[in-house]
Amino acid sequence: MSELLTTPLHALHIELGAKMVPFGGYDMPVQYASGILAEHKHTRAAAGLFDVSHMGQVLLSGPGADAALETLVPVDIVDLPVFKQRYALFTNDQGGILDDLMVTRRENDLFVVVNAACKTQDIAHLQAKIGHLCSVTPLPDQALLALQGPQAVTALARLNEGVQKLVFMTGGHFVLDGIDCFVTRSGYTGEDGFEISAPADKAVQLARALLAQPEVKPIGLGARDTLRLEAGLCLYGHDIDTTTTPVEGSLTWAIQKVRRVGGARAGGYPGAAVVDTQLAQGAARKRVGLISTERMPVREGAKVVDASGAEIGLVTSGSLGPSLNQPVALAYVSTAHAAVGTPVFALVRDKKVPMAVTSTPFVPNRYHRG
Amino acid sequence: MTIKYTPDHEWLQIEADGTAIVGITHHAQDALGDVVFVDLPAVGASFKSKDVAGVVESVKAAADVYMPVDGEITEVNEALRDDPALANTDPTGAGWFFKVKLANPAQLDALMDKTAYDELLKNA
Repeated sequence: MSELLTTPLHALHIELGAKMVPFGGYDMPVQYASGILAEHKHTRAAAGLFDVSHMGQVLLSGPGADAALETLVPVDIVDLPVFKQRYALFTNDQGGILDDLMVTRRENDLFVVVNAACKTQDIAHLQAKIGHLCSVTPLPDQALLALQGPQAVTALARLNEGVQKLVFMTGGHFVLDGIDCFVTRSGYTGEDGFEISAPADKAVQLARALLAQPEVKPIGLGARDTLRLEAGLCLYGHDIDTTTTPVEGSLTWAIQKVRRVGGARAGGYPGAAVVDTQLAQGAARKRVGLISTERMPVREGAKVVDASGAEIGLVTSGSLGPSLNQPVALAYVSTAHAAVGTPVFALVRDKKVPMAVTSTPFVPNRYHRG
Repeated sequence: MTIKYTPDHEWLQIEADGTAIVGITHHAQDALGDVVFVDLPAVGASFKSKDVAGVVESVKAAADVYMPVDGEITEVNEALRDDPALANTDPTGAGWFFKVKLANPAQLDALMDKTAYDELLKNA
């Protein structure tokens, strides 16, 4: 196995008592001393600071960058206003998902954030497919911090009150503790919060300034996973991958009308024919939420069966939802069993755990929409 | 009071009546993190040493609980079923898992004492 990479906050995590684990090729904090449950609940109640510097940050620039990116994603980028952010998906020729990403239009470029485990292939994909149409500039010297929770705005506003003006899925340039940062009001927890791109050599200073706020505690990847699961958000490589399409993944909300059949810029991305057909006719299976009233956690890999024991699907993420105190899961099930309220069973150690198909998020989102 | 340890990070407290109380060690609960669920064996069930007798699950992982010796389950910790966090807060006391009637007490000789277990942890 190759050596694990580290983020600019690695020494700080160890100083803060983190338990470190390999994730996406990086040595990352899975939890601090208080543990995943306490960290999860603190984020829902106050504010949590996450190091997400392992993720890939990339700039696309040049006059054709937006149209170029649209050749790789089924998403409206051309009409994205300045300082607005949008969720997007890189697709392959079969309509499968190569990665999911966030795109923010800035004054002169598109600021893109991709998953850590995919970033090398994503950058190669961008360079190979649209490198002749725009500049593709990875930002390996930028750290990325997420401040999430209902008190995140209170804490961050002490460093720069201007951040209060941002609403969900918008961004802007802000000076925080004397550091030039690019801040978006978004995240991966279902809570209000921010993601902050800052120079790597200032990341420890910024993290300490945020941790000095009374609302803020450091939160590891363990709680990040339970928070995003309760928020019904997909984890790439688990809930979506190259074998799942945006329609199967219940991500059709990410495909704007202008990119669908009949739209002004319909298709034109890899796998569009497959995705268009599924948009029109539906897919044979669909990603749904499952919730159990029993205590036994249902985890990734558990088979989903109907009352007769016939296999109808597979769990792709699952855990006890710490805020709900109930087991929750994301699963692919055959479309006939995908309606909300459908009773199904997950097989855990050969036991049939009763669950019900439910809408997601499991815990209501609390985004700041202004 | 004699306490023995297994390589699977379980402890057994040997009682005078030929039974043993079984739980997971401090190291085991620390490695698992927040325990949220336990599956305990049925009272009266008999197991061989190294059989899977139960399951302990944290937020991030599920782990088997092995039978450390041959024997019959005489009691399980219902309080732990209701409050699995006892395995974290008091793993060698209120967080015990089950009691077993020893079928072959000589098997205890193959288990570790505290010194040997501490050595195992040091070299892990």
